[in-house]
Amino acid sequence: MSLWNAIAVGLKEIWAHKFRSLLTMLGIILGVSSLVAMNALVQGMENGARESLVAVGGLAKVRVEAQPVPVEQRHMRDLAVGLTMNDVHALRNSAPEAVKISPEMRMDGMNPTLAANGKTYRTFMTSGVWPIQAELMEHKIGHGRMFTEFDDEQARNVVVIGTGIRDELFGKPEDTGEPVIPLGRTMTINGYPFTIIGMFEHYESEQDRKARELREQEQRTRQAAGVTNSASGPQRSRGYGGGGRRGGFAFWIKNNTVYMPLNTMWMKMKSGQTNISAIPTLNNIEIRVADPDRINEALTQIRNVLMITHRGIEDFSFRTQEDWADQISTFISAARISGGLIAGISLLVGGIGIMNIMLASISERIREIGIRKAVGAEDIEVFIQILIESTVIAVIGGLVGLATSFGLIQLIRAVTPTDNAPVVTLGSMGLAFAASVTIGVLAGLIPAFRASRMNVIQALRYD
Amino acid sequence: MALLQLRSVSKIYHLGGEEIRALDDVTLDIGTGEFVSIIGPSGSGKSTLMHILGCLDTPSHGTVTLDGIQVQQATARELAHVRNRKIGFVFQFFNLLPKLNVVQNVELPMIYAGIGGRERRRRAEHALDLVEMGHRLKNRPSQLSGGQQQRVAIARALVNDPKIIFADEPTGNLDTHTGEVILSLFRRLSEEGRTIIIVTHNPEIAAVTPRRIEIRNGKIAERVDERLAGLDRAAAQSQSGPAPSSA
Repeated sequence: MSLWNAIAVGLKEIWAHKFRSLLTMLGIILGVSSLVAMNALVQGMENGARESLVAVGGLAKVRVEAQPVPVEQRHMRDLAVGLTMNDVHALRNSAPEAVKISPEMRMDGMNPTLAANGKTYRTFMTSGVWPIQAELMEHKIGHGRMFTEFDDEQARNVVVIGTGIRDELFGKPEDTGEPVIPLGRTMTINGYPFTIIGMFEHYESEQDRKARELREQEQRTRQAAGVTNSASGPQRSRGYGGGGRRGGFAFWIKNNTVYMPLNTMWMKMKSGQTNISAIPTLNNIEIRVADPDRINEALTQIRNVLMITHRGIEDFSFRTQEDWADQISTFISAARISGGLIAGISLLVGGIGIMNIMLASISERIREIGIRKAVGAEDIEVFIQILIESTVIAVIGGLVGLATSFGLIQLIRAVTPTDNAPVVTLGSMGLAFAASVTIGVLAGLIPAFRASRMNVIQALRYD
Repeated sequence: MALLQLRSVSKIYHLGGEEIRALDDVTLDIGTGEFVSIIGPSGSGKSTLMHILGCLDTPSHGTVTLDGIQVQQATARELAHVRNRKIGFVFQFFNLLPKLNVVQNVELPMIYAGIGGRERRRRAEHALDLVEMGHRLKNRPSQLSGGQQQRVAIARALVNDPKIIFADEPTGNLDTHTGEVILSLFRRLSEEGRTIIIVTHNPEIAAVTPRRIEIRNGKIAERVDERLAGLDRAAAQSQSGPAPSSA
């Protein structure tokens, strides 16, 4: 009996018992579709979680931070110089694993006060950096330009700001209804005038972007319906955290960036001064390593260089995003396992259903099996026929399940329009389909074995 | 050499520690082209004999040779192959597959013989023409009368062009008239040179076959019981049947 014949017999058998077959397939359909949909949801969640990780520079970014002198080196604390520009130059010359380096010097004292357009805003951080910092921190210039090394050398009073600062001082485009681009405007920082020469793009998570688009769309339909600004009344600030969504805080901080050239910060704002040395003191050094997979080697190299410039005093530490990445991985794998467990159980139940129905089917067809054997069917041919029938059920169930999963995902999208979009991967589809076929084959083994071992004489006599 | 040779064949069953000799030292030859009936009362062992002759079962002792093939030690797989190529079965209850139509039922043995679809169809239609069922190709068995179903079953038995056709009570489930039609079909097939073995306890059928083998208590009877073989009636009606002979 050819394979095609066996499949045709299987299909005929399924067609002859349409409703029964459908019920049998249901377990597989649910299992496959839940596996694919769950995978897509988790993938969407993972993409969302990794967004904010990428927003702060990704895994390849390492921050060297100044630290107090460790206890066992306290006696040498007068020799400790802290993070200085010497470190930056040493790293540039001697640490090839650190491919991009930017020193960062923060404003001394309290939160700097920004003022422009008749408004003031106390931001939490204003930094003097090298131009390469924008690249290191994954910033994108939306309008104007980043300051250059020439601006740095000249210690010009120029700043590049994030949209959060713009929102506070010049107004949100959502409120004014038109783009607000304060290029060329003057902004004072603690009273010193600066020219805004550039503004970064607005950063937001996918969830926030979707929520904003949904709001805008609602507003448009409301306006089209003739309703004027229904969101009247005093403004409501929902506080830090970007609506409390996972990772929103990272975007909020990024939007509140104020960058000026390092030399401006040092020479004009008089930050980074100490009374023991004329070398500028830094708050931290941002570094991008060549390969995040070799981050340990890179850190060793950076440490070796810094131990020389710091005369063996370890008054610095590294901050990587590894913990964050690990947290994401832990969270995602937990979500995968729990979802996979549910889908797996559903598939298992589906498999048991198939086995059950195949056992019922062969005991209904004892006589048929006897006839087939009497006219010359070998045991193995009977075995394969039953196995193929159960596999055909599982394959059809698997295919229907894949189709159903798309409907399921559309449903999830419709119910939660602002969540991370589910991402269907070919891998998860392949996995789910392979699982359904495997289950079909496994579920068919016992019934097929029983059918093939039936005694032909007894089977022929069976009523 | 005879087409079918049984030498000292025994079949022993063990039921609850008790030994049952269904067949006891049976030696038998059946030649090509013979038309034989196997008769005997219920429980005599004639079904067991037919199962062994038909390669549905293997003997406990002795040798069975079918068309030169030693069957007694064959594996299940080899037996299936012999059944498929050398033997055609006709059963009392027709044993057609209810989900398949007439022509598909007849094609069934050829599927297991690995014959291609078009050739299968051609030969199935030819076999159905032989039994005058060529006009009901697409009907389901349930739409046919008993006689028609049995003719389809005979077509299925013929379709792989086997050496032997076994019929187990082929008229047992049919009315007298239809039974006669089926019987005359067997006679015609016999005249065409086919080897046919009919297992029956119906004397009227046994009377038709030139050779009768009676099984009694697992052994071949020395003399055929005339009443059982329908010979008394045949004699009474002085029919011009074939000359009776005993095994």
